[in-house]
Amino acid sequence: MALLQISEPGLSAAPHQHRLAVGIDLGTTNSLVATVRNGISVVLNDEAGSALLPSVVRYFEDGGVQVGITAQAQQSVDPQNTIVSVKRFMGRGLKDVGEVIDLPYRFVDSPGMVQLRTVAGIKSPVEVSAEILNVLRDRAERSLGGELVGAVITVPAYFDDAQRQATKDAAKLAGLNVLRLLNEPTAAAIAYGLDNASEGVYAVYDLGGGTFDVSILRLSKGVFEVLATNGDSALGGDDFDQRIYCWILEKAGLSQLDAKDTRLLLTHSRAAKEQLTDHVQTQITAVLSGGELVDVTLTRDDFYAMTQNLLARTLQPTRKALRDAKLSVEEVKGVVMVGGSTRMPQVQRAVAELFKQTPLTNLDPDKVVALGAAIQANVLAGNRSADDWLLLDVIPLSLGIETMGGLSEKVIPRNSTIPSARAQEFTTFKDGQTAMSIHVVQGERELVSDCRSLAKFELRGIPAMVAGSARIRVTFQVDADGLLSVTAREMNSGVESSVTVKPSYGLSEGEITRMLQDGNQHARDDMQARALRELQTEAAQLLEAVDNALQLDGEALLDAESQLRIRNSMEALRGVVSGSDNSAIKRAVEALNQATVIFAQARMDRSVSTALKGHNLSELEG
Amino acid sequence: MKSLDFQQDFFRLFEIPPRFAIDNAALDQRYRDLQSQVHPDKFSHLSESEQRLSMQWSTRINEGYQTLRSPLARGRYLLSLQGVDTQEETNTAMPLDFLMQQMEWREALQDAIEAKDMDALDVLSDNNRKETAMLQQQLGAQLDESHDHLAAAGSVRKLRFLEKLAEEISSAYDELDP
Repeated sequence: MALLQISEPGLSAAPHQHRLAVGIDLGTTNSLVATVRNGISVVLNDEAGSALLPSVVRYFEDGGVQVGITAQAQQSVDPQNTIVSVKRFMGRGLKDVGEVIDLPYRFVDSPGMVQLRTVAGIKSPVEVSAEILNVLRDRAERSLGGELVGAVITVPAYFDDAQRQATKDAAKLAGLNVLRLLNEPTAAAIAYGLDNASEGVYAVYDLGGGTFDVSILRLSKGVFEVLATNGDSALGGDDFDQRIYCWILEKAGLSQLDAKDTRLLLTHSRAAKEQLTDHVQTQITAVLSGGELVDVTLTRDDFYAMTQNLLARTLQPTRKALRDAKLSVEEVKGVVMVGGSTRMPQVQRAVAELFKQTPLTNLDPDKVVALGAAIQANVLAGNRSADDWLLLDVIPLSLGIETMGGLSEKVIPRNSTIPSARAQEFTTFKDGQTAMSIHVVQGERELVSDCRSLAKFELRGIPAMVAGSARIRVTFQVDADGLLSVTAREMNSGVESSVTVKPSYGLSEGEITRMLQDGNQHARDDMQARALRELQTEAAQLLEAVDNALQLDGEALLDAESQLRIRNSMEALRGVVSGSDNSAIKRAVEALNQATVIFAQARMDRSVSTALKGHNLSELEG
Repeated sequence: MKSLDFQQDFFRLFEIPPRFAIDNAALDQRYRDLQSQVHPDKFSHLSESEQRLSMQWSTRINEGYQTLRSPLARGRYLLSLQGVDTQEETNTAMPLDFLMQQMEWREALQDAIEAKDMDALDVLSDNNRKETAMLQQQLGAQLDESHDHLAAAGSVRKLRFLEKLAEEISSAYDELDP
């Protein structure tokens, strides 16, 4: 056996290396990346000094890709190949994508998720998002000078399972290790809460470019507990632009614009909206491709009137979240404003009226989510003791199963704290029925057709029995990312079937691999080399984690033989980790994971006991 | 020290006496202490087996907390520990006066929805809350003092009715919200 490195008890083997981790706000309009540097969360700028990366991706015929400000500048020139606000299409089918007519894209309907036809071929929203993430990863690695251990990616709290899964897939495609999907309002609360050491109930009102979220949180002694969340994952600043756009068409007597003119006027609409934040009226002047001149004046009052019902669509979920949290407006100590769209004066006024207090805007509403995500990424990567605070988040929408008559039977109700699991028993409908189809849905409505279909799978091989006598236990497990997996088991025979809720809309591992290998990974590192480096990083992390655990608890919790077994597995992994044999490393990682199962169990038991320390343990023995 | 059993009951897990009357503040505190030890966020940089165990434990602690925090779920759970099935789906025998009152309230709910009358909803919601509090007190006495399991199961069934009504009132609020 090779010599082991031995260090003083209580000291780690090597001076603790700072693990590079980032928080990424993958926004509808802009995306950002932030990290914790010298204990402070900072947004990382690009070479030109700007923090915001416009979430715009332009595809070229030769397979080239442009992301950000340069792509944004060309959106009116090449609208069909320049994808903006792709977040609205994540995990969405063609029929879900509202107001498609006014978007200058060539949509391709495909099972589960809509796709976009570009000069570089058909692109899935996951691929487009991966291009944005890729730029941010590059920016971070260049700025931090090393490979990232992982990233926390934020998602709207009201994103359903399909949208969350799509986001995670995009991150994988961009070569990022996802430490956690974090809800945007919760990320904002971390940034605010830790800054201000606040206690009490807070509301986070987050109106972004394409999504609206509201979360009610209780902050106390370092615990961030989400009590309720609500929102609309298809409502944001873009809709305010659309209203102005439609008004221009009407005012100027225009109809049926081509893609370029549509994009041109949408761009002008956004500029007008931003102007009206500081001015009572604004002039909109544009020359269309046919030479027609558009020249109209929009007043703030008219803008407020035409967007009043959009605003109402944010206030209703807000009241609902308060009711779900069983709280009155008076019990809310502060309201945090997040998202660029909260700069609109009518939004601030309406929120102030509802909560009877001036909302907090002291952190930049565009950056607060990324800053909070970076703080959480730093903890999850293991850079600082996580004892400081605890995040308890919830799922936004109920998860259920289709029962007879097309009704949804809720298995896990909305606002359940995650991770969460629930089992429910179902039975057969016909005599001799040997298979059962399980349809998993998400949403609050009673009819399955009004809910989002997440997955369908079959449990086969049920022994033939009289109707109603089979006992099929369906277990839902939602993990800390808010992602669902489902297991079904016939209790009399033990026949089992399980699914990670993915197939009916998401990408299979195979598809991701194919995309990774596709030629459209333009100007990217050799994927093989990248995969190897990731594997090596993962292995090194595992070795470090096990090494630390052994030093802390090995003697106390394991006998000599078990310790030796683990050390042998570690040696085996050390022996292959710097080589280039991917599968050998994978096998060694797997073996080490296997060898530490019992140890992990013992450590977990001890953790739970620690939480109960100070109490009479003999009470437990009972 | 005995290894902690994943199957141990929730009262033991949270180290509070198995009674209906509980100290909510102590339960909240214990919940936070336990989650601070086992939550997946504390294990994301550790090995796969530790991550999996952490999710299982954290899930279990959430389940236990939900069960003990809700009076109805706690009552039902105490009875199940005694081997008593509350038969909420099968036993529909209810005292006549209770049924009459339920029917009245459901009619009042329908009327309030049709008339879009938020004030009427407030009244109904208030009545339902008071009745719920009264029944919870009754359930507490049956479980902790007279140890009358059959009567307690009856109270659980009534409380389930009231909980369903509360859910319907809540969706009525959502529906009437401008």
